[in-house]
Parts: sequence; C-alpha cells; structure tokens
Amino acid sequence: MIKNKINYSQRKFVVGSIFILVAIILLIKLFIIQIVDDSYKLSYENNTLRYITQYPSRGKIFDRNGKLLVYNDAVYDLMVVPSQVKDIDTLSLCKLLNINDSIFNNYLNKASRYSRITPSIFLSQISKEDYGRIAETLYRFPGFYFQTRMIRQYPLSIAAHTLGSIGEVTKPEMDHDSYYTLGDYIGKSGIEKYYEKELRGKKGIKITVVDVHNREKERYMDGLYDTLPESGSDITLGLDAELQAYGEFLMDGKTGSIVAIEPSTGQILAMVTSPTYNPNQLVGRKRGINYSNLLNDPDKPLINRAISGVYPPGSTFKMVNGLVSLQSGVITANTAYPCNGPESTPIKCTHNHYSPVKLIDAIENSCNPYFWQAFQNMIEAKRFENQREAYKFWYDNVTSFGLGRAFKSDIPFTVSGNIPKIDFYDRMYNNVWNALTIRSLSIGQGEILVTPLQLANVAAAIGNEGYYYEPHYIKNFGEQGDSLSQDIPIDSSFITKHVINIRQGHFKSVKKGMQNVFEGQHGTARMSKIPGITVGGKTGTAENPHGLDHSIFMAFAPVDNPQIAIAVVVENAGFGSTWAAPIASLMIEKYIKGQISRPYLEQRVLTFNVTEE
Amino acid sequence: MRSNKIIGKIDIWLLIIYLALVTIGLLSIYAAAFNEAHPHIWDVSQNYGKQLVFIGVSLLVGFVILLIDAKFFNAFAYVIYGLSLICLLLVLFVGTKISGSTSWIQIGPISFQPSEFAKFGTALALAHYLGKIDTDPSKLKTRLVAYGIVLIPMLLILAQGDAGSASVFIIFLLVLYREGMGGKILLIGLAAATLFVLSLCVSKWYIMIGLVVLYAFFLLLIDRTKKNIWLLTVILIVSSAFVFSVDFAFHHVLKPHQQTRINIILGQEYDTKGVGYNLNQSMIAIGSGGFSGKGYLNGTMTKYNFVPEQHTDFIFCTIGEETGFVGSCLLVILYLSLVLRIIHLSERQRSPFSRIYGYGIACIFFFHFAINIGMTIGLVPVIGIPLPFLSYGGSSLLMFSIMLFVFLKQDANRMNIL
Repeated sequence: MIKNKINYSQRKFVVGSIFILVAIILLIKLFIIQIVDDSYKLSYENNTLRYITQYPSRGKIFDRNGKLLVYNDAVYDLMVVPSQVKDIDTLSLCKLLNINDSIFNNYLNKASRYSRITPSIFLSQISKEDYGRIAETLYRFPGFYFQTRMIRQYPLSIAAHTLGSIGEVTKPEMDHDSYYTLGDYIGKSGIEKYYEKELRGKKGIKITVVDVHNREKERYMDGLYDTLPESGSDITLGLDAELQAYGEFLMDGKTGSIVAIEPSTGQILAMVTSPTYNPNQLVGRKRGINYSNLLNDPDKPLINRAISGVYPPGSTFKMVNGLVSLQSGVITANTAYPCNGPESTPIKCTHNHYSPVKLIDAIENSCNPYFWQAFQNMIEAKRFENQREAYKFWYDNVTSFGLGRAFKSDIPFTVSGNIPKIDFYDRMYNNVWNALTIRSLSIGQGEILVTPLQLANVAAAIGNEGYYYEPHYIKNFGEQGDSLSQDIPIDSSFITKHVINIRQGHFKSVKKGMQNVFEGQHGTARMSKIPGITVGGKTGTAENPHGLDHSIFMAFAPVDNPQIAIAVVVENAGFGSTWAAPIASLMIEKYIKGQISRPYLEQRVLTFNVTEE
Repeated sequence: MRSNKIIGKIDIWLLIIYLALVTIGLLSIYAAAFNEAHPHIWDVSQNYGKQLVFIGVSLLVGFVILLIDAKFFNAFAYVIYGLSLICLLLVLFVGTKISGSTSWIQIGPISFQPSEFAKFGTALALAHYLGKIDTDPSKLKTRLVAYGIVLIPMLLILAQGDAGSASVFIIFLLVLYREGMGGKILLIGLAAATLFVLSLCVSKWYIMIGLVVLYAFFLLLIDRTKKNIWLLTVILIVSSAFVFSVDFAFHHVLKPHQQTRINIILGQEYDTKGVGYNLNQSMIAIGSGGFSGKGYLNGTMTKYNFVPEQHTDFIFCTIGEETGFVGSCLLVILYLSLVLRIIHLSERQRSPFSRIYGYGIACIFFFHFAINIGMTIGLVPVIGIPLPFLSYGGSSLLMFSIMLFVFLKQDANRMNIL
C-alpha cells in the first residue's frame, strides 16, 4: 500500500445509506398510493369496469278477453367489428346475406370509418327466419355476430291510437327522468306513454371487466354486484279486440269515430277513429319515414277524432236538456208542449208528428219546439231568482255529465269541448241576454261542443240512470289469471263513481223515449232496430258550416241493464239516422250477440264512402 | 475440476437473489402478457417464452464467465471499454430506431443496445484505471481521466437521443466518491438536487419524516461526539429550510404556467395521451393493488393492456397490482439486499479492481431499480430504463447478468489475489 493513500472505506456507509434512504422513499410513496390514497382504486374501477345495461322485456298488452294486442318480438342486427374481420370468404357471406359485394364493401367501409374496434350495425332488423339461416354458418366469418333487439309487434293491427307507440328517447325526456339513457325506448303515445313506468320494468346491470380495447373479458366479482332486469308488468285493457276491429272495419273509408264504453265500469270497449293507420307502421327502422308520412297526410290519420274531435251534439243533447228541466221542476214527464211542425217559432220542427207531445214522444220524434219551450220555461222559471241563476243551475247539471271538461284518466289528450259559462254570454251580449238569445242551446247547437268520448259517456250515464265512471282504457295490470301483477291496483279515480245531480226517477222516461227511438212508430232510428235487444238511442245532426252536416248517434243497450254505451260520429254524412245509427246498431249487436244478424245493414254501411265524394 | 472449485466459492446469497429476481421477472411477464390462447410459460411465440430462453442464455453465459480466468476482465478492461465505445459510435450510423431513439444494433435476428454494453465497459474501465497501484485519487489528473471515462460513453448515448440511458452514468459519481473523489461538494450537490426534486414531487411533510429518519440513522452510526451531533443537526436544519424554501418558491413565486412546465418535466402533470398516460395508468394499476394485491394473474389493469410497455419498463405495475404493498415492499427489499450485498462483498475484496467494479455495478443496479420503480409510482420523471433482471428483453437481461457474474467470479477468486 502506498502511504499517502487514505483509506476511504468508511464511505461505504454513506453509499449504503443513500441506497437505504432511496428505498425508504420508494416504500413511503408505495404506501401512500397503495394504502393511504383511495383515488387510484376509484380510477381503476372506471378504467376497467363497464356497466352494461340489461334491458327488461316490456310488458305485453291484452284485450279484455285475453287476446294479445301488443308483444315484443326479437329482431336481429348483424353487427361487425371491422378489426376482427380477417380472411373471410366475402363471396359466400354476400350470398348468405343476399347482398352484392359492392354493398358489402360499402357497409364494411362505413363501419370501419366509424370505428375499427367497436361494433357497428352491419345489417339491421333481420327477420327470425333469415336469422336462423345466417346464424348457422356465421361462425365462419369472424368479426360478425348477431345482437338481439326487441321491437313492439301488434298482431291484430288495430287500435293504433289507443295502444300508441314507442320511440327513441329525446333529450328533454332524458332530462326529465334519469332512468333513460341515449338510445333507450320510451312510450310516445297512447297506453305506451301513459303506462310507461309500469310497462318498462326495471333495468338490470351487468358489470364486466374490459380491456383497453373495450372488449369484455369476464364478469366482475363473478356477477356479485350485477342486478337482473325486472320485466315490465303486462296490462289488460277493457278494450274488446273483436269489437274494435269490427268498428274499424265499418268506419273504413269514412271520416269520424266510434266510442264504446262499458257503463258499469267506465272501461273503453272500443275507440275507433277514421282514417287510421296500422300500428305496425310505427315500429322499427321505418318508423321515422312512416311517421312523417302520416303527419303530412291531408286526412290527418294521426288525429284521434274520438277524443279530440269536437262537434255540436245536436239532438243527442236533448236528453240532457230534458233531464235538467225535469230536475228543475218546471216540467214533469207528463208536461206536454205544442208543436206546429215547420211553422214553429223560434225553432221549427224537422219531423212530422202529432201535437202536443210529452217528453217521451218529444225524444222519439226529436221535436225541437218541445225542447225549446221546456228550456225557455226553465230559464224564465219563478223558482230561480233570475235568469242568471237559472242558467247556472242548467250549467252545473249539464257539466255534471262530464261535459265541458277534459277527462282525467289514462286516455291522454282528451279535450274539454265547450259548455258556455255565464261570463261568455255576459261578454257576448253585453250582459243583456235571455232565453231567446241562447235558444240554440235547447237543441244542442250553438256554442255547445262535445267530443265523441263525452257523448258516449253521456249515453253511459243515462243508461246507468245517474252515474258514470271516468272513461278509461285499463282493466287491470297483468294478464288475466296472473294474480301477481293484478295486485297492483289501478288508479282509484277510475273506480270512483261520478254521481249526477239528477234524481234517478227522471231517467226512466228519458230512457223510455230513447227506446222508442228504435221501437216507436215515428222513431228516428227504427230502421236500425236490433232483433232481440232493447236499445235506447238518439240520433243527432251536427250543423257543419263547412259542408255536409255530421251524422251523430248515441245509444246504450240493453235498456234495463246496459252493457254497452256508444257514440258514433260520421263526418259530412248528413242525418244521424242515415249513417251513425246503423253503425251504432251493428256495433251493439256485435258486442252483445257476438255476430251480425243483418248483413244487408252491414252492406249498406260499407257502401258509404265519404272520402270518395 | 477447476470449475467445481470456483463454483463452490461463489457467493450463494447473491446467486439466490439473482435467481429470485429473474424468476419474479418471468412470472410477471407471464402475468402481464398472459394470453389465454397460449397458456404455457414455455411457449416461445409469446414474450414469456422468449424471456425464458433469455434466462437460459444468460445462465449459460454466466457459467462460461465463471470458467474464464478472473484476471481476464481486469486485463481486457480497456479493450472491452473500447469495443463498447465503437459500438456506441456504430449505432449512430447503422442503428435501428426503436421508440424514438436510435439505440439498437441489429445483427440478423438479434438486436442489442450498445448502451447496456457501455455500462459494463465503463464499470470495467473505471475499476481498472482507479485500481491501478499508481493511481492517486487526490491528483487532478486522476479525477479528469476518471470523469472522462464516464463522460465519453454518456455523451455518445446522449447523441443517440437516449437521455434515460445516459442518465445512468451519473451514478458513477457515487463510485468516484467511494474512491475518495468528489467528497463533500458531490454529496452536498447530490443531496440538494435530490431534495429539490423531492420537494416538488412529494409533500414536504413526507420529506421531513425522511430527513428525521436519516438524522436518527446517522446518529446511531457515527461517533457521537459533540461536534458530529452539532454538524448533523445543522445539516438537518439546513435541509429542512431548503425543502421549505423550495416549496414556498414553487407555490408562491413561480407563476402557474411556470409551475406547470416544471411539473411536466418532473412527470407530475401530463397530457393524458403521451408519457403522462403511461404514468397515470401505471399509478392507477399499482394503487389499485392495495395492501395485498389482487392475486397472481388477477391484475385486470395490467392483464388487459391498460398500462403500455407493461412487460418492459412498466413491469413493476404488474407486481404492484397483483401483489399489492406487501409484494412491492418485498421486491424493493430484495433489490436493496442485492446492492447492499454487492457493496458488502466489494469491501472484502483484496483487489481494488474488484472492489471498484463491484461498486460500479451496485450503483448501476441501484440507479436502475430506484429510477424505474420511482417513475412507475410518479416519484421521478418517466425515463425509459428497464428494471434489472425483471423487465422483458434479452439484451438488458444478458448484460445485467454478465455484470453480476463477472463480479461473482472476481469475488470467488478474491483469495487468489496477492
């Protein structure tokens, strides 16, 4: 050893210390990120876990007899992941799919441009038959696979407006309810919209671990945190599919509507609006184009005339006026008024009959002078303080039939029609008016407007002799006999009786009059009498300033224990007795007997085609 | 006959640590690159299969080194060093560009990184020069030559654009320090630089804990004379003041965009597309490992390719995620044992060449493991250097193995040196 060489071996401790110190720093930092700080674990979950929504199957819809109206059908989208498409026999795939290779390349390029590694739809909505054929050999074409999707199917192609349709959720709908995410389907109209929450069920979640390319690798925690989707509840409607189909058949080619109600429950038995459309048109990939076609159709098939069409009720309103007059005490069933036929003032009679007439005969003959005189006597009656009080009495009683207001039930977009309030006349006539000024009210013309649904409800209320239930579609949740879903109660307001202010006894003579409309010598609907069924009805003709009058009819049957109440409106068809009455008659027979005994009447109804005129 | 004697004398602990590390490496690469279609670890079409082959080759080469005369490496130190410099020059002209830097030479199917080779050459050359009996560390000329030996390869590697590998050569300063050069200035400079970077990367309170631990550690170690205790206390106070002032200057003097710039350089802030993405994913992977990890082959982050380069520079992610804090600690301790064992063995060498060479490779291993793990957990900027013996790659595994086996041979032969 050379003398001046100092021994620096103590410096090994410094070097060693540096090594140890750095290792300690590493361990501290590891301790922080692995044990102290949680944020890395959370990031990890976002990074590698994908929450995949499991869609529940939407509830089915049945008619009152358990006939299937709406169900879900699987359609198949052929998906492609372009990056996985390798060495495939393009020619045989094209043959399998029935496309030529330029379309094939076109589609594949489109998918590639979108993304090479995430799946795109290659061919959408392949039918079950084609699916079976293609799926068999699809394994030979890597990168292609099928994805199942549910669409709504309407096997009977009826009741499009009632059932409604579903469509992709919009931004405002998503903002309104956080349940929905982009691409979800939501009820857009009808039953589908109103019972959306019940029909949709509950989404489930499948959590999977994915790799950096978003490919599913495995179930997260073996599915411990997954939730299963819950199917939506089925719905049974009060609708009678056969009656509905028959109504649509009868109304084909006409403009107008039919509403049939079960008086004892308020359930809608049929709701026909014409022109209409096939509900299957608003399904799947053609929905958009079909919808805009329907929207632009000059005949406006998307409008549900049964609930949003408003008409002056004409003579069908006479029963309400008669009942209110009875209730006011100014007349009794035996009160008779003279009729001068066409010479009568201020309103002439359009029917030829004896004079004077009592209420029953007045209804049978649709005598205008009778109802004008009864109305005038009521408005001017001494028992009211003044005419305004009398009018208020009339207004309150008329509106107790559900007129002048929109129904609050599962029938969306019902309109209120119009029963003029007293202020209206005050403003119109500058506070100077009397019975004569408002005389059109006595025969259901003038400012009074009703919807066919309201009219059918009036028929039900008269048939029930003084009460009605808010008209509604639903019968119960669940399929018939499925007690589990039936445990969900329907809206209690649907089963709450609305009692009309008029004494039950007054209805007897009105009902008798209505029965005579069919059975009486002069009855305006005697041609539409149904053998073996007692029917109470009333014709009406709504004055139409734009063209031919609208033909209106309301009825209930059987008279003593009504099973069906109905209103029929045929636009631009003239007198109520000509078109609306036979249609109502056929509908009643169809519902009660299940078959038609008068093919000639049916034939006659079908020959009328207003749209050809 | 002779080989048996040699093998009987080699340090068994070092060999065990080495074998443990390559095994951990192989298992981690298997976990990181696990492919269900190729579940067999010996499937040579997969990275883990290839790594197994590299391990075999490394062991074979290591065995051959044990058979070579121990004096060979001392005698041929300059030749090997010269060869490595020629390779470094060559790579500038015929190099293959892999991930941004021209640092690979391709010979047929084999490609290797001359910079790996240069670390070995530099360690040999430095040991040979400083180990010569007539070298006087106190002379300026000695220092200049020593710095030169380190600087030449470092600059050539920088010229390739591989700053990461070049930075490894800084650690030779620690070898020079051990041999009596650099001394206080080096130490103070190093300490200041470390504290500076640390105080920007970690909370100042963690640094304070570290400083106090270090203070206590030195108090136990040194002669507890009044003067020494005073000196240590002053150092502690000055260091603390330094940390706090850096912290203050950074947060209150620098403007936000200047802070951002520094943070990006330090890997503390990043665009999520570039290196920042790697670091972010890597920290999420390691952090999600928790205390005991997700279990072997259950590391979803690494298994499903969220961490780029996970079988090479980011192999530690797999360990951190799958074995958690426990496994990470054990690995750090294993590396620490490796380098401490090497310097312990170096100190018992009779030949200064062996000692200095031992320090050289200990420092290289240390730098690699500290910087590599440090970058995966966001302590130091992301520079692409492998984790010794663990990272996938034949060239680096072979060179690290050669470095270690040459030292094993020197150590086994220490009694034969007069």
